[in-house]
Amino acid sequence: MSLVVDIFSMAAIGAGVFFFLAGTVGLLRFPDTLTRLHALTKADNLGFGLIVLGLLPQSPDLASGMKLVVVWILVLLAAASASQLIAQFVTDGGPPA
Amino acid sequence: MVEFFYAAAAMLLLLTGLGLARMLWGPAPADRMMAAQLLGTGGGAISLLIATASGITAIIDVALTLALLAAFAAVALSLGEPGTKQQDKGINP
Repeated sequence: MSLVVDIFSMAAIGAGVFFFLAGTVGLLRFPDTLTRLHALTKADNLGFGLIVLGLLPQSPDLASGMKLVVVWILVLLAAASASQLIAQFVTDGGPPA
Repeated sequence: MVEFFYAAAAMLLLLTGLGLARMLWGPAPADRMMAAQLLGTGGGAISLLIATASGITAIIDVALTLALLAAFAAVALSLGEPGTKQQDKGINP
């Protein structure tokens, strides 16, 4: 049973790191600002969510497990609103440089 | 299992560090802010991995703080500098 849980955790965290890799490569290689924003927000949130999913069965007690879920939800809300704000900043032109 | 957590954290640190090249290159302020956002979520993920690997659950609070600061940074960018046109438009549309 413990082996199954460990394999699940390693698979989820490995997938999360892969999505962070995809996000970083997208941020570095995509041609313009909005495509880079797309790569960053999608890959970043999915990667973070998969890492939290992999860590959940390994958490020592219920309270810290629930705290992991709270951090996950906060990151989702924060990244969603931040990406909207950045996209609005890009399309409005932003303050003069 | 603990070694795997630390290896994943080191890998994430490398990736977020590479992402900082976008902060150096720019060209737009939004691109630099995106690299800062990546640092926020990446740092949060690293904190969670280290918290679980070491068993020190207080490190989860570091991840919470990083996520919150990344959100505030994006809000500050969209408000613009005080006294500029962008901020006036936001307050008095």
